[in-house]
Amino acid sequence: MSDSLVQARGLRKRFGEFEAVRGIDIDVRAGEVFGFLGPNGAGKSSTMRMIACVSPRSDGELQVLGMDPDVDGPQIRARLGVVPQQDNLDVELSVRDNLHVYGRYFGMSRAAVRVKATELLDFVQLTDRADDPVEQLSGGMKRRLTIARSLVNDPELMLLDEPTTGLDPQARHLLWDRLFRLKQHGATLIITTHYMDEAEQLCDRLVVMDGGLIVAEGSPQELITRYSTREVLELRFPPGAEASWPETLRDLADRVEQLPDRLLLYAADGEAVLAAAHRRGVQPTSTLVRRSTLEDVFLRLTGRSLVH
Amino acid sequence: MSALRELSREFDARRAGLLVRVLPPGLYAGRARMLVMRSALASRSVWLAIVSGFFEPLFYLIAMGQGLGSLVGTVSGPSGQQLSYAAFIAPGLLATSAMNGAIYDSTFSFFIKLKYAKLYDAMLATPLGPVDIALGEIGWALLRGGMYSAGFLGVMLTIGLISSPWALLALPAALFVASAFASIGIAATSFMRSWQDFDLVQLAVVPMFLFSATFFPLSVYPSAVQWLVQAFPLYHAVSLIRSLTTGVAGWSALGHVTYFVVMATVGFMVASRRLTTLLLR
Ligand SMILES: Nc1ncnc2c1ncn2[C@@H]1O[C@H](COP(=O)(O)OP(=O)(O)OP(=O)(O)O)[C@@H](O)[C@H]1O
Ligand SMILES: [Mg+2]
Repeated sequence: MSDSLVQARGLRKRFGEFEAVRGIDIDVRAGEVFGFLGPNGAGKSSTMRMIACVSPRSDGELQVLGMDPDVDGPQIRARLGVVPQQDNLDVELSVRDNLHVYGRYFGMSRAAVRVKATELLDFVQLTDRADDPVEQLSGGMKRRLTIARSLVNDPELMLLDEPTTGLDPQARHLLWDRLFRLKQHGATLIITTHYMDEAEQLCDRLVVMDGGLIVAEGSPQELITRYSTREVLELRFPPGAEASWPETLRDLADRVEQLPDRLLLYAADGEAVLAAAHRRGVQPTSTLVRRSTLEDVFLRLTGRSLVH
Repeated sequence: MSALRELSREFDARRAGLLVRVLPPGLYAGRARMLVMRSALASRSVWLAIVSGFFEPLFYLIAMGQGLGSLVGTVSGPSGQQLSYAAFIAPGLLATSAMNGAIYDSTFSFFIKLKYAKLYDAMLATPLGPVDIALGEIGWALLRGGMYSAGFLGVMLTIGLISSPWALLALPAALFVASAFASIGIAATSFMRSWQDFDLVQLAVVPMFLFSATFFPLSVYPSAVQWLVQAFPLYHAVSLIRSLTTGVAGWSALGHVTYFVVMATVGFMVASRRLTTLLLR
């Protein structure tokens, strides 16, 4: 028995003929923030649902909190906090009652949920909306309430499926702050996201999924070192003028990516590449030298608009 | 109150013991009563539906019992005794209100919660399982059927349509009826794909309401049709409750109760299975 809170070996999920998760291995250790990145349809949510014990696995091994979801689903779920990709708040109840009733599903006493609800409303800054119907909340407020709800049972392991999608930047930062505090209090978090900055900020370790498989794994920094160069040179051109440049510049950089609106040149020294490009007569409308980010790793691994 | 809570906890725990043996593990947390609590909390805003559900049979009673009744005169009751027309149809309306109360929550509201509100997906992220959901929703629908019936029984008592102390048993009888319709309602709704399918519910309920010896005795039908009518659940509900409010309850009552126990059990098993495949996908 390992000290992993989640351990998967050859985990698979089939929906009829279609295989959404095609044999993945995961180990999530206690106290870490573990991320899933990947394009739409990669199988992130399918994996999360299997871990949440609401989707029976089709094949492979899976242990969550040391137990088998097929056998001990309710016992495992009692110790999880789940934020689904789509909010499913109880629209017939008020904000406070949502927390109240949810706590009761976990078997908490009336008195205990009352205290907890007040504390959580404060935590997600919804105290002044406590008695409003859920339907009247904005999208971001609903998301915050969903997160508060997932915390009602003091979960040991949290599963957050795109928790900040649809939030404004301020609300996102509030959430990051809250999630960070949870981590500091010893919670383990599994998170999926399409925001690379979010993954870079929050995750200790992450996997990139594509087509139901894990294509890379490591800390954000490890992934950047392994799959990208230290720096990136971004060149923008007037519309229609960029088509011929990749060929001209190919040998200057380790790798060249062509995006709809710009050209990315990957190299250890971006300024040097820029100078060389100028010498070859390239005239971009704007240039930028920056450090590599997870975005670049993602681009490379999931093969979006790749120029070889 | 706390004694009641104790009792319901005990009840849940016992049932858990029994259910664990007949169902695969992991589908039942023994907390079905939390769903009933949740529905009670949510229904504060739908008092109107409850009130209208109670008035509907009352309007029928006034229109048919008083209006039509003045033309009809008396009707032969279950053991041949002469009853006023109002006293004859009132138990039929009581049975119908138990059915309607149960059907409303187990079909329309259940469908919304299942398909649109994704309420049960949220519940499954807690220890609750599909069996808790089936039991809890059946329990609430049954309570609503019971509330409609209790209200209407009060009306019958007030205007003197009850001629026997057996009528006290009409309420538990109505609960049997409601639980059977609630279970079948949930089971049937779990197969529905769109709102159009709900026309089928109307197609089942309306003729049953009109032809289950609610407004006239079974003896008016030719014998082949009598068999057909007797196959339908509302007929058993009407007969059972009519025998109680008119004070001629006999062993046949047990037959009717058995009908509802079987119907409720089958409905519950189908509903649990369907919810498991629909929710744990
Ligand atoms: N219940 C289902 N029935 C059939 N196919 C499904 C079901 N759920 C998911 N899929 C399919 O499985 C694949 C993976 O879906 P999943 O939701 O896991 O992707 P994801 O990585 O979460 O994507 P996104 O970033 O869009 O949320 C998709 O092709 C999807 O169509
Ligand atoms: Mg997803």
